[in-house]
Amino acid sequence: MPDTSAPIAVEMRGITKRFPGVLANHKVDFAVRVGEIHALLGENGAGKSTLMSVLCGLYQQDEGKILLAQKRELSPVQIHSPSDAFDLGIGMIHQHFKLIPTQTVAENMILGLKDTPFNLQMTAIENRIRDLADRYRLEVDPRAYIWQLSVGERQRVEILKVLYRGANILILDEPTAVLTPQEADELGAVMRNMASEGKALIFISHKLDEIMAFADRVTVLRSGENVATVEVSNSSKTELAQLMVGRPVLFTIEKPPSQLGDVVVAMEKVSALNDKGLPALDNVSLEIRSGEIVGIAGVAGNGQRELAEVVTGLRPTTTGRITIRNRDMTHQPPYQFIQQGVAHVPGDRLGMGLAGNLPVSDNMIMKSYNREPISSGIFLRNQMIRTFAQNLVKAFQVLTPNLETPARNLSGGNQQKAILAREITAGKNLTKGDEPPFLVTVYPTRGLDVGAIETVRRELLEQRAQGVAILLISEQLDELLALSDRIAVLHGGEIMGIVDAAEADIEHLGLMMAGELHI
Amino acid sequence: MNADLIISILSIALVAGTSLVFATIGEIITERSGILNLGVEGIMIMGAVIGFAAAFHSESAWIGVVVAMLVGGLLGFVHAFLTITLRAEQVVTGLALTIMGTGLASFLGQELGPEGGALVGLTGPRFTEISIPILSEIPIIGPIVFNQDILVYLMYVVVIAATYFLYHTRSGLHLRAIGESPQTADAMGVDVFRLRYLYTIVGGMLIGLGGAHLSLAYTPGWSENLTGGRGWIVIALVIFASWNPWRAVVGALLFGGVNAIQFRMQASSTDIAIPATLLNMMPYLLTVVIAVLTTWMQRFNKLIGAPAALGLPYNREERH
Repeated sequence: MPDTSAPIAVEMRGITKRFPGVLANHKVDFAVRVGEIHALLGENGAGKSTLMSVLCGLYQQDEGKILLAQKRELSPVQIHSPSDAFDLGIGMIHQHFKLIPTQTVAENMILGLKDTPFNLQMTAIENRIRDLADRYRLEVDPRAYIWQLSVGERQRVEILKVLYRGANILILDEPTAVLTPQEADELGAVMRNMASEGKALIFISHKLDEIMAFADRVTVLRSGENVATVEVSNSSKTELAQLMVGRPVLFTIEKPPSQLGDVVVAMEKVSALNDKGLPALDNVSLEIRSGEIVGIAGVAGNGQRELAEVVTGLRPTTTGRITIRNRDMTHQPPYQFIQQGVAHVPGDRLGMGLAGNLPVSDNMIMKSYNREPISSGIFLRNQMIRTFAQNLVKAFQVLTPNLETPARNLSGGNQQKAILAREITAGKNLTKGDEPPFLVTVYPTRGLDVGAIETVRRELLEQRAQGVAILLISEQLDELLALSDRIAVLHGGEIMGIVDAAEADIEHLGLMMAGELHI
Repeated sequence: MNADLIISILSIALVAGTSLVFATIGEIITERSGILNLGVEGIMIMGAVIGFAAAFHSESAWIGVVVAMLVGGLLGFVHAFLTITLRAEQVVTGLALTIMGTGLASFLGQELGPEGGALVGLTGPRFTEISIPILSEIPIIGPIVFNQDILVYLMYVVVIAATYFLYHTRSGLHLRAIGESPQTADAMGVDVFRLRYLYTIVGGMLIGLGGAHLSLAYTPGWSENLTGGRGWIVIALVIFASWNPWRAVVGALLFGGVNAIQFRMQASSTDIAIPATLLNMMPYLLTVVIAVLTTWMQRFNKLIGAPAALGLPYNREERH
């Protein structure tokens, strides 16, 4: 356990940061001790990343000051740029890695370093990296190109990069978001190791379990303000969740027993290529029944996106067969899939899900525009469009100033509700009463706040109760466990196993996600 | 074909390719920093006309070179200001620069001569061939490589220096980084804005130098449309070269060679009756062929490709 009387390494006092129309941080006080792992907890948009961007010089605070321990005394410092922060020993490991894929590990290490000689002596630099990697047990080949590395390895490079610059204060922005449970445990050990070497670690997260497991203290941010700083050992998951959301949170969502119907979608040994023309799906066989949610677990980039595109007809298959209600759909265009009642809630909300600059009403009719009563012949009927959109907005509780608002101006949760409204309605309208529709959802709650997450999850369970067959692709195991009836694990485009969600074991899922277990 | 003919063709290929090498390396440096400058044609022709005028009035070809580079740097600065500070659309800004440059050059060609007259038809100072002792005695290679004007020798230095700079120095690493991922470079403490300005200006200077080589060495003097679309060939060459200075030399020599052969064929058009206009088309036809071939080849190699952030403005506090 760390020394609770250890000196302060860095302190932020009364930090306020505004963006146009948003108060991202409001008078936040925050301090980290030497040798401590200090978690920063909060929902999306609570201001965690903004606060840390101020500390590492990416943003300038509008008010407040930063004090840093220099020669055993806290003194105010000005951080105008990331290089100022590095000079002061503050390094950030970003959630979206700041690495250049076409350059080597060693080249990425020395990028921006002023004391590197003008003529680069790569061998000496590579040796220094190897020494550092040994010391902190962060194995990586300094000559490898970044694009050749796995996500876990890239993260190690990020951590090494900060250590190479001699940082004493390390900020990790949601470091486990892209890792398997085992990789996350390893990261926990690495963090503990660094803390025991006298580094101060700030660890941004919204996952309560890992904060309980890794952190010494935790500061909770809500709506840009510091609501509490507590010792983890004196707190509990329930207390932290309540601090984070501002109201009591139920961790379980009630899932009635499933009423399984006929097979709606069947994939038989389907293979497909990714955008680069490399194999992305390898002999995938999967059946989804009416009234069933099948979850897809896996580390991002293991074929999830391709799977969603294949079952919606967007991506051609190389081998295998896809049937919907026993009708062969292989090699059919997306339009035919839509006609069969296939609804798609894509992972990329503003890229694929909505036309951001078009009004909410136009976005709502995108799957119904060519049918009565929305259109008559080649003409659109504006009055009908308004009524149709208005009904959907009301039924799905989409918060929008009006129907003419561009879809990109809605909050993430309301964008997602708008997509769900359109897709679920189209899926129902295009199938006859006894033909259950098929709903594909990709990362449906990503980036949403707790309230919106609850709404989306309830909606999925409601659709399940109405007999819709649902494919749920998610990166969050707790979400998959809470909603799915069965969970299939994808690794390298292959299904490593399909397990009953009620009997699923996180350890086993983790091993399958890492490709080390095949059942 | 005898050895003398081959030597003569290769020698012309080299001198014809030199202005392309300068401009291509200039554009490579600019594009590596993430800025697409389609103003090459305009900058080259401005360098050619003002470089020649300055040399004519000062009676020094070297002053012509320096002034051409300053003009190129100034136009590079204009492009930098519009695209980096004002974050204007880079393609449109570059095209505007080309249209402005060609028009202005044509106007200046009428005005910058003696007593406000035209520059067309005048002879001014020029760079002539200098034989390098001993080296020029080497059979075949000597007369081609070491019997050229001094700007060709300068070109050798620029190629070697640019390659070394790009791949073996700290600043070269930073240059490659700001074009691949300005966010990353910025987070690592590299001053993206300052460096993008710097390399757009340096690139403009080299492009201006390419123009000066045309009017002061290769085809001495000024005439309308002197560059004849070389600026556009440069844009294609940058892609052909995969943003690598050495490969730019190969491409530029290929174009120089086509030029040389075309001249030869026009000179001896008595035995092969090909219309001169068709022969003049050859470099541009080659550009199309090369653009097709390079795109096709790049599909099979993921490392060869444009800098990832090419053409995209960078704004630090933009929220993603």
